[in-house]
Amino acid sequence: MAVTVHIPTPLRPYAGGQATLHVSAGSVQEILDQIRSAHGKLEPHLFGEDGRLRSFVNVFVNDRDIRSLANEATQVAAGDEVTIVPSIAGGATAVKPSDLPELSHEEVLRYSRHLILPEVGPTGQRRLKASSVLLIGAGGLGSPAALYLAAAGVGRIGLVDFDRVDETNLQRQIVHGTGAVGSSKLESAEARLKDLNPYIRIEGFETRLTSENALDVLEGFDVIVDGTDNFPTRYLVNDASVLLGKPYVYGSIFRFEGQASIFGHPEGPCYRCLFREPPPPGLVPSCAEGGVLGVLPGIVGSIQALEAIKLLLNRGDTLVGRLLLFDALNLKFRELKLRKDPDCPVCGHRPTVHKLIDYEAFCGIGAEPSYEHFEVSATDLARELGQRNDLVLIDVREPYEWEICHIDDALLIPLGDLPDRLGELDGHKDLVTFCHTGVRSLRALEVLRAAGHPRVRSLQGGIHAWAEEVDPRLARY
Amino acid sequence: MIIPGTVLAEIHGLLEAAYPHEGCGLLIGESAQEVQVRYQRPTANRRERSAAARRYLITPQDVQAAGREAESAGMDILGVYHSHPDVAPEPSVFDREYAWPWYHYLIVSVVGGSAGHARAWQLTDDRSGFVERIVHVVD
Repeated sequence: MAVTVHIPTPLRPYAGGQATLHVSAGSVQEILDQIRSAHGKLEPHLFGEDGRLRSFVNVFVNDRDIRSLANEATQVAAGDEVTIVPSIAGGATAVKPSDLPELSHEEVLRYSRHLILPEVGPTGQRRLKASSVLLIGAGGLGSPAALYLAAAGVGRIGLVDFDRVDETNLQRQIVHGTGAVGSSKLESAEARLKDLNPYIRIEGFETRLTSENALDVLEGFDVIVDGTDNFPTRYLVNDASVLLGKPYVYGSIFRFEGQASIFGHPEGPCYRCLFREPPPPGLVPSCAEGGVLGVLPGIVGSIQALEAIKLLLNRGDTLVGRLLLFDALNLKFRELKLRKDPDCPVCGHRPTVHKLIDYEAFCGIGAEPSYEHFEVSATDLARELGQRNDLVLIDVREPYEWEICHIDDALLIPLGDLPDRLGELDGHKDLVTFCHTGVRSLRALEVLRAAGHPRVRSLQGGIHAWAEEVDPRLARY
Repeated sequence: MIIPGTVLAEIHGLLEAAYPHEGCGLLIGESAQEVQVRYQRPTANRRERSAAARRYLITPQDVQAAGREAESAGMDILGVYHSHPDVAPEPSVFDREYAWPWYHYLIVSVVGGSAGHARAWQLTDDRSGFVERIVHVVD
């Protein structure tokens, strides 16, 4: 297929001075290969070290960007016009010591313990002042990370959160105080951080991070710290960081176990190299369902702050390429060496992910079967219990949760024991399962239905909703 | 690089207006023995929000439109101008990573809202760095 390729002015000196090239090819890839072999000098300007088209080199086939078609695999036909169009980007980055902002006398005094460390010193401190870190989530991990980054003098800290402070947060989310219960986490954290260090800037994003806004939000920062504990956000942050070429400090916690690493760094793997696909929804319980020791996010979040500061200072051996595992109960640190996966769909040699996708769908959220028809609200259940006495309530929580609060006459069968204790249940009675917030009880409902119990329902919102709507004497947790 | 004083004054005004964000635009003119700027064409900085404080982006659509307009007047895009708010007018690592060869990069330092020093740069053939080009301001 004979196609015409238009070369932009800046590249003509490398293409024998020609404004157009005529090639015979069936796809954009073939065109690029031919240009590359005919005009070797063009190569460094069109392709990066990874052999892929540079991000600011745009290829249009008949005025359509190949990114909206099939990228390099886009087919071309005889007579097609292929145009290479520049996009132009750049900008200031304070890289030279002479460009770094000066420290005031007040700042010199405040950061004196940093300044006398040879690894930081005045230049390192000025570098921190010129830097920015984005914290996603002002919760368990975000609290200590934000406090230490602010105290350390990172010049600009971005916070993403849309939640409100709740009593159950205070056991670990130490940036918030009792007086902030009910108010926005962003306002509460901002006030605390400004009080801690008035010489830095706090930028709040009171929004949920989505595929639509993530690139714009992350773009303005040097390092990303992820303090969220859900899979859609984790994959979103990973992919956005890799696409933008920004390192992201990962942390996660569960009960007594913590993890930390750095992903999205050019020299290391990304989260998808490690976990190509998310686990099925509901398999990994959240902190609300599984519990967490309050000090644990304090330690993991502090490690995240430490790694962010090391990345900004370009000092020490960071967690790039290493997954740190922390067992708080036995106080043991272990680490795993991580390898970049050459077939990774995001950061591998032939990536298939070039833009952000729908991460809720990717993580199977919304795709799981709907149990709406099998759920009963606390008030409806209370009414039913007042009218009949043949309902069997099954509490699928753990015995230590039962100690906090329980519903009289309910049968305690922890979810894990349920498959072995099916024989204890009367197959002819109506069953209602319940747990803390209504997640595990749906799993129990699945187990019971699979075992042939047709008349099972689950208490929506769990014993928490029961305590709020029906029996205020019960302790909420 | 030869640039009329009136064009440079326009650029200063636009970049001051964009402060504290980076402003940007294209330099249009003729290229013979010397690069002669005839006019400038402001373009929107397509970076969003906080990113625009330290980055600029001119989309391929904007480049293409400016290129067609220049071509119809027998001219060409010669390069790009952008501001470095509160830092020196020297190319950053980011500038180099994204730079095109041949284009002249005019960087203007805008300190505290007023445009100051302007310097022009051109990428080396091997992409290893920039060479400075003298800016001749003419009437």
